[in-house]
Amino acid sequence: MYKVLKATFITIWSLFVLFPIMWAITTSFKPESAVVNGATFIPFLEYQPSLIGWKAILPGPDSLTNLLTPTLNSFIVTAGATAVSLIFGSLAAYGLSRFTYGWKNYSNADIIFFFVSQRIMPPVVLAIPFFLLLKELKLLDTHLGLILVLTSGLMPIVVWLMVDFFNALPREIDEMAMLEGCNPIQAFFRTILPLSKPGLTVAGMFCVIFGWNDIFFALTLTATKVLTLPVAVIALNGTVTPYWILAASTVFSIIPLVGLAFVIERFLSRGNLGGAVR
Amino acid sequence: MKKGYPRFFLLPGLLLLIAIIIFPLLFTIRVTFSSWNVSQSGLNFIGGENWGEMVRDTRYWSSLLRLFYLSFLTVAIQYVLGFAIALFAWKGIAARRFYRVLWLIPMMTTPSLMAIIWRSIFTEDIGALNGLLTRVGLDPVNWLTESGPANVAITIAEVWQWTPFMFLILLAGLLSLPKEPFMAAAIDGASAWKTFARVTFPMMAPISIGAIMIRLIDASKIFDSVFTLTRGGPGNATETPAAYIFQRSLQDFQIAYGSTLALMYLILAILTLTIIGKVFARLSKPRGI
Repeated sequence: MYKVLKATFITIWSLFVLFPIMWAITTSFKPESAVVNGATFIPFLEYQPSLIGWKAILPGPDSLTNLLTPTLNSFIVTAGATAVSLIFGSLAAYGLSRFTYGWKNYSNADIIFFFVSQRIMPPVVLAIPFFLLLKELKLLDTHLGLILVLTSGLMPIVVWLMVDFFNALPREIDEMAMLEGCNPIQAFFRTILPLSKPGLTVAGMFCVIFGWNDIFFALTLTATKVLTLPVAVIALNGTVTPYWILAASTVFSIIPLVGLAFVIERFLSRGNLGGAVR
Repeated sequence: MKKGYPRFFLLPGLLLLIAIIIFPLLFTIRVTFSSWNVSQSGLNFIGGENWGEMVRDTRYWSSLLRLFYLSFLTVAIQYVLGFAIALFAWKGIAARRFYRVLWLIPMMTTPSLMAIIWRSIFTEDIGALNGLLTRVGLDPVNWLTESGPANVAITIAEVWQWTPFMFLILLAGLLSLPKEPFMAAAIDGASAWKTFARVTFPMMAPISIGAIMIRLIDASKIFDSVFTLTRGGPGNATETPAAYIFQRSLQDFQIAYGSTLALMYLILAILTLTIIGKVFARLSKPRGI
């Protein structure tokens, strides 16, 4: 009985997870007639697959848009914001894990909450002041500007994950290194950092996911030069682009990150990820 | 410990964050006392007019109330489902590496783009869902233009997108649990349910709390699905504060009033999350975790 329930649950959940993805993929291969006359599901039987959607977004004579430059921009911005957040965030997290910071009545827990609270502000509100700020600094529509803004949302995640992770590493490791003559900075870089690869990987993966998928800041703070991939697709949505082209461009822009799911699974199965959230 | 070292670790990150955030925050506070809008740009001073208008703005307060149950409902569903599939993917099913990858995929997809796909699923005349419903002989549902179904549609999209986040954090937590308590439970002959209630669940409490808090923070910003699926409609039946603030600030260009709503929202969110955090901390303590 339990087994049947479990199998049913797993099947239903998997179908639910797959459904929107399959719908996006099939829609991207549909000709116009298969979309506008009502929902169709089975290729060849209900409609003849067509490449019209994909031809519109890939380079070629029928191309409506260029998604390759935006893809490159997305890679640069995501990698940059992830690197900055990881470096500054993990240093801060290590400090918060090992030392006691006191300033009046504020304790480490309050400082951690301060970091995390930076995620609470809805991006909608920050868009305008960030726009003015970056304009003043001549960073509007530059990679660096977008990287800095994204960092304010990503560093909180790194700090939140890495404090717990460093807490789980025995203090004896750092103390041993210091007995051998390292100062705390050397101890961190020589002994703690190599042990932190699983934690840094998870934190980095969250940064990549949230950085890549950001739409709001990329939409308001960049114009033509640093157009990111999701924004390029959303821009298509803003005009009257038909569903088959939207579906093709959506599938195109989620492929790079779906590859990441395989990487995460490898880490999980090797048991490496395990220590990362404890 | 020599002086100065602790600062070396904390200060770069803290100062970088403050440097990025201080201007937008101060600017937002200052602008709420001005009348910056489409016809008057710049920082004049009009006192607390925006704040008075906000107090009387029932559309704002009802969007906050809606957000309150929408975020708690979606995060609760995500937690229960995420925990369930994490338990299955932990051990005891065949091909679990396949299922782990499959169940992670929604989190990897861009929410604002998936919202477009969800719209093509829920669209009433040519959408996939009504297509399926009519095929099995049921009546089509007005997913996007009727208040009840519209809220269900948004909940479905949110649950699909973010359950994998819970799943990943909880699965990683399960994989890192020590083995001894489970052996002890097995020796005592505890049933599967008892082992879960007395061993697994309590040991997962700290991780659960962290995951729920982060999800609540992000869920309180629900925007992509609402904006793309329903634009807050029908009427204002699905409007969340983020969507309302977006409309006021960036579409009607009432910068000052939009910022006032946002600042109040920030204050309420920090208060609510602090209280929830304290409650969680108290609930998880007596068990000695």
